[in-house]
Amino acid sequence: MAFEIPRIPLAEWCDIALDWATAHFSGVTRALSAVVGTGIEATTDFLVDLPPWLVIIAFGLAAWRLTTIRIALFTVVGFAFLWNLELWRATMQSLVLVLVSTLFALAIGIPIGIGAAVSKRFWRVVAPALDMMQTMPSFVYLIPAIPFFGLGAVSACFATIVFAMPPTIRLTALGIMQTPPELVEAADAFGSSRWQKLFKVQLPLAIPTIMAGINQTIMLALSMVVIAAMIGAGGLGGEVWKAIQRLEAGQGFQAGIAIVVLAVILDRITQHIARHMRRDKA
Amino acid sequence: MTLNRPRIKVSGLTKIFADKADAALSLLKAGQSRAEIQKATGAVVGLQDVSFDIAEGEILVVMGLSGSGKSTCLRCINRLIEPTAGSVFVDDVDVTKLSERELMEFRRTRFGMVFQQFALFPHRTIVKNVEYGLEIQGVPAAARHERAMTALETVGLKGWDQHYPSQLSGGMQQRAGLARALALDPDVLLMDEAFSALDPLIRRDMQQELVALQKRLKKTIVFVSHDLDEAIALGGRIVLMKDGRVVQQGTAADFLANPADDYVRRFVEHIDVLGVVTAGDAMRAPAAVKPWHATAAEALASLTQSGEPVMTVVCQDGRFQGTVDADTLKAAGDTELRLLLSDTQACVPTSATLNETVAKLATGRGEIAVIDADRSLRGVIANADLVATLARRHSQPVH
Repeated sequence: MAFEIPRIPLAEWCDIALDWATAHFSGVTRALSAVVGTGIEATTDFLVDLPPWLVIIAFGLAAWRLTTIRIALFTVVGFAFLWNLELWRATMQSLVLVLVSTLFALAIGIPIGIGAAVSKRFWRVVAPALDMMQTMPSFVYLIPAIPFFGLGAVSACFATIVFAMPPTIRLTALGIMQTPPELVEAADAFGSSRWQKLFKVQLPLAIPTIMAGINQTIMLALSMVVIAAMIGAGGLGGEVWKAIQRLEAGQGFQAGIAIVVLAVILDRITQHIARHMRRDKA
Repeated sequence: MTLNRPRIKVSGLTKIFADKADAALSLLKAGQSRAEIQKATGAVVGLQDVSFDIAEGEILVVMGLSGSGKSTCLRCINRLIEPTAGSVFVDDVDVTKLSERELMEFRRTRFGMVFQQFALFPHRTIVKNVEYGLEIQGVPAAARHERAMTALETVGLKGWDQHYPSQLSGGMQQRAGLARALALDPDVLLMDEAFSALDPLIRRDMQQELVALQKRLKKTIVFVSHDLDEAIALGGRIVLMKDGRVVQQGTAADFLANPADDYVRRFVEHIDVLGVVTAGDAMRAPAAVKPWHATAAEALASLTQSGEPVMTVVCQDGRFQGTVDADTLKAAGDTELRLLLSDTQACVPTSATLNETVAKLATGRGEIAVIDADRSLRGVIANADLVATLARRHSQPVH
């Protein structure tokens, strides 16, 4: 060959960008990490220190209040099963991580979704970013998380937020944009301002769609929290990770089944809420 | 009839659907047709130089088939669709010149709108739907609830306030839609095919109720419809549109008597003549009118003289009092007519349709009086006059 096309140094560029970001922002992110990390630990410790039966009953009552008696019973039986497997601490760690990540993902994702629905230009920026966030293999988020937040729960939390946020953004925007045009017209005809239209008509009508997004975000968060065990997040994923390293198939399946049980409980509860959020649909 | 000064004055309203409407607008002004403009620029001419007035307290029906531009026209009045040219005056305000902020304020207080598919908010109860416009205006909760409940009572939905729209039938949903517009107490009601989605029987009820409501509340109503029978039932003037233009405006009877072109003639071809032509159109001058104190003998004399049929109409100061038939007169001698009145109800107002007139004629004795609102005598109608009117209508050429 007379000449070679040089390889595009994509990896080097990414490194340079990350190094630059680490050098400038890691101070802030480390501080943030300390705060969030303490919060996560404190919550986990609080739940683990309570007698498990009390926590299980509390969860059951909450599920009963939010959904049906059947789902509540399933919740109680499921958590009792996890307790019986002596995976209680791991379960609580995973649960807290999922819930904290989801809360952050919603706090960031819902406003972005609303913005994307209101401004077409913003949507054109957000849409490809979402596509990238969702197609990027989830492990990749773990690597840059470490220099910013250090090993452990906070890095896991960060990677989970990035990975789990897209459905919330997407379905929030979609729900708002899909408001029936005649209802938007009616709101306009009565002289609603843009914000009145959003908060009194579009957002309430979008709630079932947004809840479907939240359900997906929780499920993605759970899957990411498991993977994040690789950077020391612990929890049920940590049990699986231990089993892999020691080649203990039985231990691995036990932890895997525990994850499935937790996933089904979270899914049933959020799906039910999503379906019955609007009373007129009942 | 004396019209008040126009409450709404639409003039030269033009709407061109295109990204760049200017080129199409100048072609339109140069007299090019819709099809030519669409071919040259890709722009669709939705409305072309539409002008009409609406008086205070009038129901104006904007009528046309689908695609005629009637809904576009309605939406240009409150600028849900932005007109390309022309003006819409509501009282002294040109709506087309308002800023976005002013337009919002104007819509909140002056326009109430009712939609074909009801467009009730499914996540709000009926009363919350009706409160919507007031909530947007910032009316305190207690006050707006009270006004919403009053509006619900007006449209006959008392007791349904806590239901959701999906729990109500179509007719009831549209009552709620009407209440939502009325709760604002707007000057102008814009009604877009408001009853078209309802069953025929319910539609007729709603039309009648709207007319009754209108008599009481005196709103200025612009009603879009594709249904000539509906336009007639609402009883106001009609603006007939075709291809974005006004073909003719007037009452249904005007369309019938003087159609502007073949399109209008065809449009009114199957009209129910008895429901459109009024007693005022069909009456003739009364022949045998006698005052209150005339004697039966005098009345009988002029009755036989005139060769008229059976009735003498009795008046006092030009006001209709009743009729006396020939048999009574013959037997009465010199008795004063006021003591002989046999039928004081044998009359219809000039605005009564022939349908109503026929009903009255059937119960009377062959002839009835036609009177004004103050009971002054305008003319009389006998069976023969009805037949003559119908015959006139059918001798007109129908294409």
